[in-house]
Amino acid sequence: MKRTPLIIVGAGVLLAFVPKLGLPAFYDSLLYLMLHWIVLATSWNMLSGYTGYFSFGHGAFFGAGLYTTSTLLSRYDWPFLWTLPVAAAVAALLGVALGAVVFRVKGVRGELFALLTLAITFVIGTIVVNTPLDGGNGVSLSAVPVPAIGPTQSSTFYLLALAAATLTMLIAWAIFVSKFGAGLFAIHDDEDAAEVMGVPTYRYKLYALAISCALAGVAGGIHALFLSYVTVGEVFTIAVPLTVVLMSVLGGTRHWAGPAVGAVAITALLYSFTAADHAVAGKAMIGVILIAAILFMPDGILPRLQKLFGQRMLAATGAAHPPSQIVTPAMPTTKAIAAGDVLLRVRGLQKSFKGVRALTGVDVEVRRGEILGLLGPNGSGKSTFINVVTGHYLPSAGQIVFEGRDLTGRAAHEIAASGIARTYQIPRPFAHLSVLDNVALATMFGGAIHDVKAARHQAMTWLEFTGLHDKAAARPDDLNLHQRKFLELARALASRPRLVLLDEVLCGLTPSEIDDAVALIRRIRDQGSTIVFVEHVMRAVMALTDRIVVFNHGELLAEGSATDVMQRPEVMTAYLGKAHA
Amino acid sequence: MSGFTLPSASLLSQSILSGVFVGALYGLMGLGLSLSWGLLRLINLAHFAFAFLAAYLCYQMATMGVDPLLTLLVIVPAFFAIGAGLHWVMARFRVTPFNSLLLTFGLMGIAEAIIQTIWTADFRKLESSYGEMKFKIGGLFVPIPEFITLLLAVGISLAVWAVLRYTDLGKAMRAAAEDAPIASAFGVNQQRNALLLAGTCAALASIAGVCLALSFTLAPSQMYAWIGVVFAAVMLGGLGRALGPLIAGTLIGVSEAVTMAVTAPSWAPIVSFTLLIVILVLRPGKAA
Repeated sequence: MKRTPLIIVGAGVLLAFVPKLGLPAFYDSLLYLMLHWIVLATSWNMLSGYTGYFSFGHGAFFGAGLYTTSTLLSRYDWPFLWTLPVAAAVAALLGVALGAVVFRVKGVRGELFALLTLAITFVIGTIVVNTPLDGGNGVSLSAVPVPAIGPTQSSTFYLLALAAATLTMLIAWAIFVSKFGAGLFAIHDDEDAAEVMGVPTYRYKLYALAISCALAGVAGGIHALFLSYVTVGEVFTIAVPLTVVLMSVLGGTRHWAGPAVGAVAITALLYSFTAADHAVAGKAMIGVILIAAILFMPDGILPRLQKLFGQRMLAATGAAHPPSQIVTPAMPTTKAIAAGDVLLRVRGLQKSFKGVRALTGVDVEVRRGEILGLLGPNGSGKSTFINVVTGHYLPSAGQIVFEGRDLTGRAAHEIAASGIARTYQIPRPFAHLSVLDNVALATMFGGAIHDVKAARHQAMTWLEFTGLHDKAAARPDDLNLHQRKFLELARALASRPRLVLLDEVLCGLTPSEIDDAVALIRRIRDQGSTIVFVEHVMRAVMALTDRIVVFNHGELLAEGSATDVMQRPEVMTAYLGKAHA
Repeated sequence: MSGFTLPSASLLSQSILSGVFVGALYGLMGLGLSLSWGLLRLINLAHFAFAFLAAYLCYQMATMGVDPLLTLLVIVPAFFAIGAGLHWVMARFRVTPFNSLLLTFGLMGIAEAIIQTIWTADFRKLESSYGEMKFKIGGLFVPIPEFITLLLAVGISLAVWAVLRYTDLGKAMRAAAEDAPIASAFGVNQQRNALLLAGTCAALASIAGVCLALSFTLAPSQMYAWIGVVFAAVMLGGLGRALGPLIAGTLIGVSEAVTMAVTAPSWAPIVSFTLLIVILVLRPGKAA
């Protein structure tokens, strides 16, 4: 793992000797452009490739850096190198301001984000062209001295871009292998599930956007002096974002080095065709190559190569893990509260969706160590109850107190971190992560483990607990329904919750699979978790629950032991309807 | 910075009118794009390439003496076939929405190269018998080519809306967009419908291209200039909605024209895109 950053730095140092070779200046420029696009494409990928929020606004952030540097150089005579941090800061600030608004809006996902960022590009471009920043005629920097870093001017630009590219690659790699990166990839696959498992999605997206913008700003700052004459028409366009998207997708967006591979390939292609006299044929050629690449390598060059050489990046650790003893991990006894005390107290909980009252004020108490069955006909508010308690929905009214702490109105990831986990009725695994990494993610975010390796190790014990250890390296798509439900359980348990909310885990399973699941749920309780069990399979409800509550039309209808409650006339009416007399 | 100058009422209404005309073209350009994005889940940048290829074909035939509107008889079926063919390839390789964006971007590059080879990178303007004709209503000048564009845009959008809403074919297409396997289970021939729809989208692009040739000067690189604003109209209008692009396009066109009249032409993009941002942020559920 630690070899990679050394290779990146080593490559950077080696390449720094290229100007010593005394190649013609145009090679410096070609290499400069390659590195320039490596920075832009790789920085774009940190947000857009990792989380799937495709930004078409990279031109705006790049342009913000470019105009910051050119303004500081031409109007305030700053030394060039000092303008670069400012360029990064301005671009990052712009990104954070945009993100702070946009990421708060729940409906803004992929496609809308793409459009918003595109629109921002034109808005900022229009402002720049109409203000003294540009003034409509462009800014000339020909009078600005180029710092003498390399032996020639062109080699100076090359070295600057090389430094920026090395830094960018290091950051891209560091994010890729970190807990932060794992969170970003989880957002890519299922943002709601990621949040519920403890990933602070809003903050993570904002961080990724800020880093991405800052690096684009640096690239812009260097490019301003490289161009020496900057105009809005060439910067705030769709060309920059389209090129970086192209490079990243061609190289592979799910790998930190993918965009760099794509950037080198496309810059070389563009150069080899446009340098000669047949620029028009070159344009067509690039189109043809692009189409062929998309059709035959839809995941990108790098993943394709990995497949060819049989390397599995993420799954490697899982398969190599030695089978450990099945230990039933005991819950940490953080608080000396005896079994039977109230763990979760929900009072007067209401939830309305534009006039539809899904919960009309329910009071539920969950006692430590029990299995509480939550029953009710379809549409009675059971799933809404889970969604509100885990923070996916904000309650319209009422209070949720867990272990004496008021959790009302907290974000889902905070609730996850305080010890509540859930499963989904229809399993929602992260489709692009291995089974092991699905569980490791919950270990990291719910269980507050920071080291990815330690998280994978612990995740393996949960896979053994649920009997999925053979499938550690598989993708969720390769699992059957029964295994996917167990994966949901393993994920919920991996965050070491004190309370687990199980939403119809048995739905769709065969009778013998139900028996397995019932045994597993017993083991979950035995290792120290309290369970709220939403279920329609009455056999399992009778076998497992200590107590049940019944919801009907968003109200609490009955409460007590299962055998007792199910005999009550109002419960039978709710389930079976009234007899016509 | 340019100061605000309040233009006279007649100038203002004339610019609103020209905003409506250009907005109608935004809408017509966006219609096929919106249908293909919303109902086929393909983001077709080649739509702009189709429109420009059609525009140049129309220009070419017009220089040979054919009436520009008559060229539709050749152009529309030809582009229907091209669009259906492209979709066949995309479906064959199971291209994902974002990859479709890139693939069709590649097509755009090829189309630009073809246009540049045949018609050069110089500006071209179609000449026709009614190209410069205009009539006057209530003190406002109405140029004939723009008026034809408006009529076509409104007529076609209404027709597509009616087909999607009231015919079995339209319902089948909307159902397939919601859930293709279920629609197939109910007997919808999804593959045939998709080819039909993709062909129609390309045909719509070609009609927009003919309208473009009627009232605009053509240059191959111009096709990129339309992407931003047409995408804005498409997303503002709602994906897969027949009337959405026209309404949103007109809104954008008018706001641009008024901005140009009140301030300077260089400020034009800011209103439309700020409008778009505000609407997307405040009512994200309504768009897309």
